Amino acid sequence: MSRLATLLAEGTRPVVTAEFPSIDGGGLAAVEKAADELRPFVDAVNATDNPAAHAHASNTSIAIAMSQFGLEPIMQVVCRDKNRIAMQADIVGASLFGIENIACLTGDDVTAGDEPEARRVFDLDSTQLVKVASGLAEGHYLSGRAIKQPPELFVGAVENPFAPPLDYRVLRALKKAEAGARFLQLQIGYYPERLESFVAGCVEHGVTRTTSLLPTVVLTKSAKALSFMDESVPGISIPADMIARVAGAGDKDAIAEESYQLTLELTRHALSLPGVSGIHLTDFRHDGSLERLVRDLSIGPAFDPVASASGTTSV
Amino acid sequence: MPKLLPLLEHAVKKPVWDCRMCGQCVLHSTGMTCPMTCPKTLRNGPCGGVREDGHCEVKPEMRCVWVKAEERSHSPLNPHHWEEEFNELRPPVDNRLQGTSSWINLINGRDRRTPAGWDGAARESFSAVPGASMVEIDEPTTLPEGFHS
Repeated sequence: MSRLATLLAEGTRPVVTAEFPSIDGGGLAAVEKAADELRPFVDAVNATDNPAAHAHASNTSIAIAMSQFGLEPIMQVVCRDKNRIAMQADIVGASLFGIENIACLTGDDVTAGDEPEARRVFDLDSTQLVKVASGLAEGHYLSGRAIKQPPELFVGAVENPFAPPLDYRVLRALKKAEAGARFLQLQIGYYPERLESFVAGCVEHGVTRTTSLLPTVVLTKSAKALSFMDESVPGISIPADMIARVAGAGDKDAIAEESYQLTLELTRHALSLPGVSGIHLTDFRHDGSLERLVRDLSIGPAFDPVASASGTTSV
Repeated sequence: MPKLLPLLEHAVKKPVWDCRMCGQCVLHSTGMTCPMTCPKTLRNGPCGGVREDGHCEVKPEMRCVWVKAEERSHSPLNPHHWEEEFNELRPPVDNRLQGTSSWINLINGRDRRTPAGWDGAARESFSAVPGASMVEIDEPTTLPEGFHS
């Protein structure tokens, strides 16, 4: 059982996950450096799969490298670039190196990236991939071909509570849970009331009985960053008054501080919702704010009551 | 007749539903909105990229296929049992059926055939077939020089 699976099953404290930066060059040293920065403050980290349709060092290679540097990976697998044969091979291959956490995503379209000429694959959709990945752990490929000593996997997915059709998102989460998703990282969102009704719906429909919810918050330091996400990232919308609040905070430092305070509020709100198991952090600041956030909220491995009591972790 | 049917089906369904002839029609369960017209060909609901105005991430001028599908599935014109089927998990597309008539595939049940693993069954005998791994490989001598598959 992966560390992430264990922590979510125990439910003794909010779990903290984060996004690993994209790696291109610099060898394993680049991975080690990023892993060292995140390790003290997070429980598990997403090894992304060509995010926003830009090629980078692959999901499997980064996941394996991360685990070698003592950081628990969540390997993202997106449906955009590979067919069902290749995706199954990646998951089974990574499992040889002990990778257990798998997050199944549809993936941004190729037109979101810097190679819009590329062929889009989408041989499976994310919900189908959840079921196929769960099947691997049960001991068979999609074809039915048996896998002796099948991989141990902890399969999850992503859902967006903030994008239309809003009323349907809970049922889509339920569909993924029934297909085998044991955790759902939620898309970046700036509408606390939408998150609230989504999480309440998930509790009501029994999603949270089998599946842990991890809302995502973003650390930014300018109103421009918020405007960019609002205008240019599909599926993300930010209320104008929230952007205005940050933009009107004063000078550059005041704006950065107000951005942090906004993220802190959103995180506090998300963690206050019954049915939420932790938080997923995306850090666009890289200025120590991630550490500040987990300290301000006393969450993550540095604040593990069990580990602290046994003296294995110091704050 | 088998050759004419796909043509006839396409002639009927293309103008009305922009049919892509996947050969395994699920229109009735998706609010009579073809999921193959989604640029990502998603068959189990909308992706996370739907815009705030309900339009498509890939084609901003187009309303999201799944926003339309969800809306239409609740239409009073849509039979109740079709509405209920909306939430069912639809299996991966069988790409071999592309271009064939879904009408024939519906009648003979071909469109409901899924890989054994989809229904959770492991086929123990599958890997035990002697030389099973060889059947995928063409006779190497027939390949042009320098060809790598």
